[in-house]
Amino acid sequence: MARMALEGIKVVDFSWVFAGPLITAYLGDYGAQVIKVESHSRLDLTRVSAPYKDGISGVNRSGSFPVANNSKYGITINLKHPQASALVRRLITWADIVVENFGTGAMERLGLGYEELKKMNPQIIMLSATIQGQTGPRSTFAGYGWNTVALTGIGNLTGWPDRSPVGTLQAYPDSVVPWFGVVALLSALDYRRRTGKGQYIDISQYETTSHILAPLLLNYMSNNRVATRAGNRSPYAAPHGVYRCQGDDRWCAITVFTETEWQAFCRVLGSPSWTKNEKFASLKGRRKNEDELNRLVEQWTINYTPEDVMARMQQAGVPAGIVKTNKEIFEDPQLEHRDYFQRVEHSEIGQIYQQAWPIEMSESKANVRPAPSLGEHNEYVATKILGLSDREFVDYLGAGVFE
Amino acid sequence: MLEPYRTLDLTDEKGIFCGKILADLGAEVIQLERPDGNPARSIPPFLKDTAGPGKGIFWLAFSAGKKSITLNLETGAGRDIFKRLAGTADFVIESFRPGYLESLGLGYKALTKTNPRLTMASITPFGQTGPYKDYKGGDLVASAMGGMVYCTGEPDRAPVRISIDQAYCQASLHAAVGLLLGLHNRTVTGQGQHVDVSMQASMVRTLHTQLPHWEYSRHITQRSGVWRSRGGVSTREIWPCKGGFVDWMFLGGAAGTQQMQNMVKWMGNEGMAGSLSTEVQNWATLDLTRVSPEKVRSWEKIIGDFFLMHTKEELYEEALKRRIPLTPLNDIADVAKDEQLATRDFWVDIDQAESGTSLRYPGSFFLSSEEKCTPKVRRRAPLIGEHNAEIYTGELGLSQEELNSLRRQGVI
Repeated sequence: MARMALEGIKVVDFSWVFAGPLITAYLGDYGAQVIKVESHSRLDLTRVSAPYKDGISGVNRSGSFPVANNSKYGITINLKHPQASALVRRLITWADIVVENFGTGAMERLGLGYEELKKMNPQIIMLSATIQGQTGPRSTFAGYGWNTVALTGIGNLTGWPDRSPVGTLQAYPDSVVPWFGVVALLSALDYRRRTGKGQYIDISQYETTSHILAPLLLNYMSNNRVATRAGNRSPYAAPHGVYRCQGDDRWCAITVFTETEWQAFCRVLGSPSWTKNEKFASLKGRRKNEDELNRLVEQWTINYTPEDVMARMQQAGVPAGIVKTNKEIFEDPQLEHRDYFQRVEHSEIGQIYQQAWPIEMSESKANVRPAPSLGEHNEYVATKILGLSDREFVDYLGAGVFE
Repeated sequence: MLEPYRTLDLTDEKGIFCGKILADLGAEVIQLERPDGNPARSIPPFLKDTAGPGKGIFWLAFSAGKKSITLNLETGAGRDIFKRLAGTADFVIESFRPGYLESLGLGYKALTKTNPRLTMASITPFGQTGPYKDYKGGDLVASAMGGMVYCTGEPDRAPVRISIDQAYCQASLHAAVGLLLGLHNRTVTGQGQHVDVSMQASMVRTLHTQLPHWEYSRHITQRSGVWRSRGGVSTREIWPCKGGFVDWMFLGGAAGTQQMQNMVKWMGNEGMAGSLSTEVQNWATLDLTRVSPEKVRSWEKIIGDFFLMHTKEELYEEALKRRIPLTPLNDIADVAKDEQLATRDFWVDIDQAESGTSLRYPGSFFLSSEEKCTPKVRRRAPLIGEHNAEIYTGELGLSQEELNSLRRQGVI
């Protein structure tokens, strides 16, 4: 097998739920050795969340945990055990990168703050991801990803203008923050290679996520305009919507950005007379009469399946796409072509899918391996990676450190 | 942090954020624009509500810190210049339709003949190969095909997207990851590589547990408005309050114990806990799956009535004191005025001299203990071809006469 991009990079992962674990999963899939540190007394919440394999609950049976923990070694350490610190010191000395997303101050209380880690390993790169950052009056706020949805404005910006905001089903910042985290760590690794210096990275999920809303923030700063939720409308395209099609709750997105696309769109519909109406002749006119426009578009789409609408539009050069369910994502031919879902053998629940990534590297392919069972690699990590003797491992085991 | 690295940025709106990320991290990012300017410049709204090629807010937001040169790749001279520049670059980012650069003789393989160290990211709606590779798509199409739209919104209306383009930012972030993975690999192998980024797959990566819900339970995730189903129980996430909305999740069991006790105590202090204080003896052992949905709704009614007595600001302040994970549903103006962001000096004012104004930007996407590693917006977005002289004359050594000639031929 060809060399992996991050071969030789060593990561200790104290993080849990999604925002932190997705960072280290990305690194692991591209070749870093990632050791996820868990404990029996404080289980990762995704280990105890539905859905479970065969509907039977269990810490190694949840489908949520594998979402963000591919390609990691799993060990359990009771960090509060008096003998744990010597073991943790070996982990830190071994590592290039430490990632955590506990509440502010938790790592310091465990004696694992950045200053302490730096004493053990002067070149260490440490990343902390909290909701509101390590400093400031709200730094101690302990919350969940959905709190970031609300703070950033994303919650308010999702839904219909005449109804309550609905927010996103999943905590959307959990799919933004980790990618910034990976960018930060890869940049820090390169900086360290050139300068010999490690660093501490303080990620505020609130701040990081604000970057993807930058145009709205600048529009407020410049024009004092406060963006509102707009259903599916766009200021620079019309039609721009999700239209009901034939079938039960089946929909197709259609978007028309340019004059060429509008002409093509009209031809696909068979150029009914309304498409020649002056009020729909320009983007400005279509935006002004968008309610009526959308009704007319839907009178056409309702006669076809979303597959049919997409094919007809795309053949004519109009951007359109089926509104796919989670089931349909598994059946998507394009994702299949990209090997997006990778079948792996999980140590307890057998064959499962792990997701790959939205990038395909021509040389440094990802190698997606299964998420670990709780404590699955205690012995392997202790003896093969950290170099403990069998005797030392048994001593730690007997003392209850690996719990 | 990325000061040694040069990026040539050929993207339109689909990939423009990638170069911004690299520029904030210190890389030199040169946006190559058509002589009439990048089409992303004309995405509304506009600075001071006045349309113009340098005024599009989307452009200003995501091109700040870059340089700009103009170059027409559809001319032979333009292609020659591009090849010379590619020889000096570490990264190229592009978002043309698959095959377009190859048709100009500027595909990844061609560029690496002179610069094998080059890493190039190509951002498209669906990817460089595969059955949908020639399909067109913007944010809404990628979000729909990526599964995020179907389960967002309310059951009695059409599915919705987040009301601002997301797929472009998502794909741009993954492209940045790919380029940096390529950079890391290059330090060992000396060779660059090509990164194929799919906007659709980028949106699939936002689904998290919805995929195992199908894989493990054969459950199709439905739109549920302000309600969230967790562990088989549907509870409310978004609540109206006086003059706005707050975000707070009604949880039972171990995860919810502390916050529920605190919440009921707070309501009790204001005489509004109703039956909540007597009906639940121990929140830690409360298994919501064993409580009837009607009962859960009746508790939510009590809590909802309490929230309606207070503004989102009042609720947030008190929740902070009581360690309850409740947050206001901010609007953009609330974000701009947020005390926490201000205390951390999040905002940065960038002078826009040509428009006679300055513009406030989101600042660092992380803070580093090494001050020079903290990303920041370095300067305003470039004017069209602002750095032509610097690059073409200063670096490539073209004479004024040659520049004029290229200009006449429509190359720059």
